[in-house]
Amino acid sequence: MKTKKTSRFFANNSALLIPLIAILLLVIFNLFRDPGFFSVSIAANNNGDPVLQGNLISILNGASELAILSMGMTLVTAASGGQDISVGALAAIAGSVFVKVLKGGGAITGSTVLLAVLACCAVAMLFGAFNGSLVAFFRIQPMIATLILFTCGRSIAYWINGGATPTVTSGIIDGIGSFIPGIPIPTPILIVIFMGILFALLFRFTTLGLYIQAVGINQGAARLNGINAVGMKLLAFVLLGVCCAVAGVIGVSRLSLINHETLLINIEMDAILAVAIGGNSLGGGKFKLIGSILGAYAIQALTTTLYAMKVSSTDVKAYKAVVIIILVVLGSPVVKEAMDRLWKKLRTSHPKDAGKEAA
Amino acid sequence: MQDDIVLTMRGICKNFPNVKALKSVDFTLRKGTIHALMGENGAGKSTLIKVLTGVYTMDEGEIRIDGIEGPVSIRSPQDAQNCGISTVYQEITLCPNLTVAENMFIGRTKKKSVNWKAMEKRAGELLENLGIPARPRQQLGSCSLAVQQMVAIARAVDTECKVLILDEPTSSLDDKEVEMLFRLMRELKSRGVGIIFVTHFLEQVYAVSDSITVLRNGELVGEYDVKELPQVKLVEKMIGKDLEDLSVIKKGAAASQENYYEAKGLSSSAARPFDFRIAKGEVNGFTGLLGSGRSESVRAIFGADQVTGGKVTVDGKPAKITKPLHAMKHGIGYLPENRRGDGIIADLSVRDNIILALQVIQGMGRPISRAKAEAFADEYIKALDIKTASTDTPIKFLSGGNQQKVILARWLLTHPKYLILDEPTRGIDVGTKTEIQKLVLKLAEEGMSITFISSEIEEMLRTCSRLIVMRDRNIVGELTGESLTQEKVMRTIAGGGD
Repeated sequence: MKTKKTSRFFANNSALLIPLIAILLLVIFNLFRDPGFFSVSIAANNNGDPVLQGNLISILNGASELAILSMGMTLVTAASGGQDISVGALAAIAGSVFVKVLKGGGAITGSTVLLAVLACCAVAMLFGAFNGSLVAFFRIQPMIATLILFTCGRSIAYWINGGATPTVTSGIIDGIGSFIPGIPIPTPILIVIFMGILFALLFRFTTLGLYIQAVGINQGAARLNGINAVGMKLLAFVLLGVCCAVAGVIGVSRLSLINHETLLINIEMDAILAVAIGGNSLGGGKFKLIGSILGAYAIQALTTTLYAMKVSSTDVKAYKAVVIIILVVLGSPVVKEAMDRLWKKLRTSHPKDAGKEAA
Repeated sequence: MQDDIVLTMRGICKNFPNVKALKSVDFTLRKGTIHALMGENGAGKSTLIKVLTGVYTMDEGEIRIDGIEGPVSIRSPQDAQNCGISTVYQEITLCPNLTVAENMFIGRTKKKSVNWKAMEKRAGELLENLGIPARPRQQLGSCSLAVQQMVAIARAVDTECKVLILDEPTSSLDDKEVEMLFRLMRELKSRGVGIIFVTHFLEQVYAVSDSITVLRNGELVGEYDVKELPQVKLVEKMIGKDLEDLSVIKKGAAASQENYYEAKGLSSSAARPFDFRIAKGEVNGFTGLLGSGRSESVRAIFGADQVTGGKVTVDGKPAKITKPLHAMKHGIGYLPENRRGDGIIADLSVRDNIILALQVIQGMGRPISRAKAEAFADEYIKALDIKTASTDTPIKFLSGGNQQKVILARWLLTHPKYLILDEPTRGIDVGTKTEIQKLVLKLAEEGMSITFISSEIEEMLRTCSRLIVMRDRNIVGELTGESLTQEKVMRTIAGGGD
């Protein structure tokens, strides 16, 4: 009975295999290369607080923005069958709004930070709704619809702070970007966990997951069952907007400044990649949020490994591409079918062993 | 092979998983004739055409073509072309942004370079010859649909064509355009081309065809001379009589007098204004041939298409139903005609497919718990005897009949007061068919109002106490009590003077 349950678990979650294998391979590779690679230590930081340090922590920390964006990207992909390529630009807009509000009135207190976060979330949701209405209402291909904001987003971000790249110096901002005094875990990791819980609650206490999947699989049938298909797509884009705002806030807080040209540059492609590596169909429909998150960490682990191997930053992209080719080919339908056939063959050729296992 | 015969198909069989689409069908086409191929949905018309054009490969049978020694093997559209078989499909498959001449010759020149002048000259001659009102250099998209259709035909017949297949060529044309197309068909006929004409417009069959072959449920009903087969007889042959073992079902007692749903002048983007009512516990039905507007009418009731007018009362109170959710909140359920396209959510599990409608009625903020969903699914899998490996199995892996039962379960779970079933038994084995019919009568006895649509009149006569007959998108009659006979229904459907 137990084996049956586990085998069903694997059947339901086979899509997670690719990101898990990728992470596992990276772990093994690094352990061989440097047995101490993943050792985590506690050391005092600049402020004298004891904090966690090590490659593992920097992977988890560094992937935070990507992990958050990949959650939203998963929803948009599932509902609309397309991808949003404007997430980096939108994060830059959100970051600029965040700084603009912080710079607006005197000293930076907790309440100004809260106000700034809410303001940049609201702005990002508006832009998300803009993208969403182009896709849902005007039925424009998502990649084309979001190409608009991809193109002009960083210009808008530039206008918000009048072309400057202002810095913000505040303990609270430092707290968001690195450590909250007394907590040894980097704050961005905590924010990812917070966002993950938020989405988990959303799926647990509303029917959002079911509706988005239904719309993504068969919009006509979803509509005939009373689901507001246009609204669902719009909502997915708005939620992605929130993710962009949070990612933007983290990005700004890390550096204590907004650079609209470089903030989360090129992250849209990594976010899409995370969704794909996570075993989600880029054509929409069924999705697993956890897959995309694992995908994001796999990508970051790869980058960190390459840097640890002293690969120059210009070469990293090429090495990354090689690994990604392998991952996406492994996850491709052709390879999957071949593996399924092989698996079936193995099982039928050892019927006795299979019987023993079941017993 | 006889001299005047251009095509013979003998004992053609084609099986799909779960369905025998063609059961030993014969078909003969003579030179210089227009031969109509008739049958309701699922009769096997399009499968036969696809076998002939190389889209499908037949499992058994042989095809012979005039001028070719022995049986021919058609394994691809290219093979069909080489045998002299050309097809013009319902949807125009040409390129509207190219010129008429380009469309006529595109992909057909063997040489790498194109002699534009010669091509245009040849196109001009062909168009004039066939009396097609188009210029070679005109952009195809600027021509009317009929002319585009005719250009497609001209393209088809220019290639050594012996057999021309026209698959529903008139479905998007108006009367004048149809007449133009018929002139072209007669012209080709006089040149000795054998034409297979697939349509569901009875009048057009009689206007232009010489002979008729009728298929039903993948079997050959017969081949007839047009003059010997009056319209009523044709309808009877197409719809046919059902298997005997189904006739044991008996209709229930009369319904109450109180209306559950009533519409006056209801119209939608797809349906012309019509009046309709259904009493509590009544089973009624829309009947008529394919394309007569029966599905469009029930879609208007459910708010599936854009509703454009009309007054609706539900359970005695005025109601506004302009989208499916409104209808669902008024206790109306709708099982759509196109199960694959509009019914199932293919990748979702049987469980999610069953609870979907109830979940939507409950609202986004009140999800049905996993345990409850599991219980609902188990209950209906048992009640309707749905054959599935588990509640987790994606619905796409179930057979057609079981998928249909899942959709039925989805609506039954919402405990509707009024259920609309559009072709619930299409493409389903006889056993399941009977089960569904029995279920319909049982539900009606319990007080549910049901509108039932089926291409099979027998089935409707068995279940419905009132039939609304449609022809050409209008209601042309309503039959109850004594007048509910096969004969009477067919006469009303066929119309005309017979």
